[in-house]
Amino acid sequence: MSTPSDAQADVHEDLHERRHPQPWEYVKIALILAVLTAAEVAVSYMDVNHALQIAALLGMMVIKFVLVVLWYMHVRFDNPAYGRVFTLGITLAVVVYGVVLLCFGVFQK
Amino acid sequence: MSGMLKRPSATRGWWSWATTVDHKKIGIMYLFSAIFFFGVGGIEAMFIRMQLAGPNGHVVSEAVYNQIFTMHGLTMVFLVVMPLGAAFANYLMPLMVGARDVAFPRLNALGFWAFIGGGILMYSSFLLGGAPDGGWFGYPPNSVVSPGNGMTFYCLGLMVLGTASLISAINLATTIINLRAPGMTLMRMPVFVWMTLVTQFLLIFSLPIITVALVELLFDRRFGTLFFDPGAGGDPILWQHLFWLFGHPEVYILILPAFGIVSEVLPVFARKPLYGRPFVIFSGIAIGFMGFGVWAHHMFTAGLGPVANSAFGITTMLIAIPTGVKIFNWLGTLWKGDITFDTPLLYCVGFIALFIVGGLSGVMHAVVPSDYQQSDTYFVVAHFHYVLFGGALLGFIGGIYYWFPKMFGRMLSEKLGKVQFWIMFVGMNLTFFPMHMLGLQGMPRRIYTYARGMGWDLYNLMATVGAFMLAVGSLVFLWNLIVTFRKARSAVADPWDGRTLEWTMSSPPPGYNFAELPVVHSEDSFWHEKYSETRDGKLVRREPGPEPQSDDGSKVHMPSPSFWPLFVAGGVAIVAYGVIYGWPMVFFGAVVFAFGAFGWVLEPSSEE
Amino acid sequence: MEAGTAIERKDDHGAHYTSTGLPTVKVAMWIFLASETLLFGGLISTYLLYRGRSVVGPYPKDVFDIPYTSVSAFVLLASSLTMVLALGAIQRGEDHRFRIWIMATALLGLTFISGQIYEFTSFFHEGLAIDTNLFGSTFFTLTGFHGAHVTVGILMLMSLASLNSQGRVTKDNPIAVEMVGLYWHFVDIVWIIIFTVVYLIPTGSPHP
Repeated sequence: MSTPSDAQADVHEDLHERRHPQPWEYVKIALILAVLTAAEVAVSYMDVNHALQIAALLGMMVIKFVLVVLWYMHVRFDNPAYGRVFTLGITLAVVVYGVVLLCFGVFQK
Repeated sequence: MSGMLKRPSATRGWWSWATTVDHKKIGIMYLFSAIFFFGVGGIEAMFIRMQLAGPNGHVVSEAVYNQIFTMHGLTMVFLVVMPLGAAFANYLMPLMVGARDVAFPRLNALGFWAFIGGGILMYSSFLLGGAPDGGWFGYPPNSVVSPGNGMTFYCLGLMVLGTASLISAINLATTIINLRAPGMTLMRMPVFVWMTLVTQFLLIFSLPIITVALVELLFDRRFGTLFFDPGAGGDPILWQHLFWLFGHPEVYILILPAFGIVSEVLPVFARKPLYGRPFVIFSGIAIGFMGFGVWAHHMFTAGLGPVANSAFGITTMLIAIPTGVKIFNWLGTLWKGDITFDTPLLYCVGFIALFIVGGLSGVMHAVVPSDYQQSDTYFVVAHFHYVLFGGALLGFIGGIYYWFPKMFGRMLSEKLGKVQFWIMFVGMNLTFFPMHMLGLQGMPRRIYTYARGMGWDLYNLMATVGAFMLAVGSLVFLWNLIVTFRKARSAVADPWDGRTLEWTMSSPPPGYNFAELPVVHSEDSFWHEKYSETRDGKLVRREPGPEPQSDDGSKVHMPSPSFWPLFVAGGVAIVAYGVIYGWPMVFFGAVVFAFGAFGWVLEPSSEE
Repeated sequence: MEAGTAIERKDDHGAHYTSTGLPTVKVAMWIFLASETLLFGGLISTYLLYRGRSVVGPYPKDVFDIPYTSVSAFVLLASSLTMVLALGAIQRGEDHRFRIWIMATALLGLTFISGQIYEFTSFFHEGLAIDTNLFGSTFFTLTGFHGAHVTVGILMLMSLASLNSQGRVTKDNPIAVEMVGLYWHFVDIVWIIIFTVVYLIPTGSPHP
């Protein structure tokens, strides 16, 4: 009984992981996350243009989100299939719920 | 301690069914549960039709009528058609992809027992103060303020059923993705498996959305939250968006498995490959994606405004295209085929005809100004019964006739099958076609009765007569089942000269499915092992034919049965009742659940 | 623990054969997490929809204590770090270190939950209940669901420590740790969103 060699190569590759970050790299990510969180809190207290403030806060939120997904959840180093299925869910959520909120006029002044 | 945890080993008797983790047994249990609930939902339909047979009916009270039509809808959608899909997906998919079982057999059992728990939860409401009465779609504010526990049972029942379906969907999707036999690439999978895969992803992404809606409704009823309370700033339209964000993908969840069945049956009875197979597959995938883009066509009269209505009108018209593609491909499969009009084919051809009618009325709904009149009238009732009864149900009945010999080792009676078909076909049209006219004449949905002199009497009477025909047809089917089960097992492995892997095994297959896992070299691989083709397309039987599957599975290790899935499902049901009857019961249910979860995890592995 | 009771075939080397070469239980977990994005997306969207629409108070600015909640945010982020260190430890076969990191993760999770309970209780004393107004309804439902997910996660983390002591989760069979880790990080990224969108972004409404 033959077994497709490509699939087997993937198994071994996946089992041994393409690249495995060292613990100190994870600590570095943690520090970046902490700094970003502190920055977010600081920005939330600033008396600046409303739209800019929201953009900055959302931007930092997205960066933190992506860092945790790519590094802690290992998506950066794993088979792309995982990231794809997760992105599919997130994209669907953003689009359908975004349309619902649009229907309610949430994005209008 | 490990003595208590020893795994059950029964292979016969009711305990073997209660503890089974075998996908075939689970599929059979889904099948018979669905048939049972079809009877119940059918009786509810008979009450509806008797109440509406003439003007000023008094067969039941208004309050009871509301419960009956609500439960009729909930039953047919969640306790009949969805479990039918689950039955076929569970039974067939592992056989068709060359696997021995699904990815997580115990989780599979849990999905089934939780489904049973949800069904019991829903129906126990009749005995516990009244069933849900807010329609299957449960619109607030009515569903929030409706007194008694009926609509609370609605929330809890659907949450349990939804969770069961979600667990099952993750299991089946993972199986299709990861447990195919060597050589079974995605494009070589049978079309039924493809439709099943798309269905699972629709479930995976749509069920959480209705969960949010149900949580908000439950909390409004039980904890006084204000999600749908306009006085507090809430908006009932939010419910409609969330419900239909699930509800529209749901209708594709209901129909795609039947599309898959038809795609398997037609080629076998026309003795030629599915015409445009890649197109059938890709249109199925397209329907999956596009299915998330049309939900507000259920809300055209909710006041969303012309921009939203136009956008959703356009997306709804577009989604007719992939379905149309399939219909042409099915017709192309039959065209110039060497056709045998056995019962399975009859049902699939009936499916195509009736689904076209339902699809056409659907396109009429897509025309927004036209839908302003049609919405909330019997025109909608006609539309969805054509696609669900004429479509999904006929497709599933055809599937039952086709795969019955594989599952039970006996052939259902062809004669009775054809009698049943014609009674149902005529009855179905007699029941639901007049509803198109009733709707266009303005008869609203869900009304308890109507006055004399509206001009609706004749069509309603016709619909009721048709409903009685459907009841007779259903009884013929029941009779066919009884008569067939009385016979001894006699079916061969391949009674229909099939094309796919399930026909390589004995009927019924051994517990382990394949003694040796197949290696696949093409789509319809079994067919190509049996036949080659001459230059001008004539089929030539290969000699010798394919080697029959070895029956020696002594070296195959299968997962042992387990009672923990039943236990955990029980815990879930107790928690659900507790939400109505008090926190001590919730706590007790949670303890049962947790105990079951730990027992599950710590249970000795099958190989010990 | 039977890591993936999945029907996995073994090839000639005894490694599990799968169509994709990926561990079955990992495929399932990612599909599950994709599904959960729609659950939390719905609860967050409800919050966003009803932001600024409460007819009576208390309103967010009346009750929020941003410095306090920021500490919670740091705690949960730190727990993701300890989680990933725990995974590294078990992959290297350092069972003792694994148990320390995994219990640290559980402890940080417990700290987060305690912080939530204290926060909810103080909101309640300031007049905000789940049935007071839209803010109460949406806030407590969203954060309550998140907290329930964290709690389930804590139970799973502690179970992992116990299973490791029993020898059921080891260097040769670490997949359960990876799976619980994915779940835990997911719960963390939901909080990343909630913290910004619910607590930090000002409502911009005329309410104080």
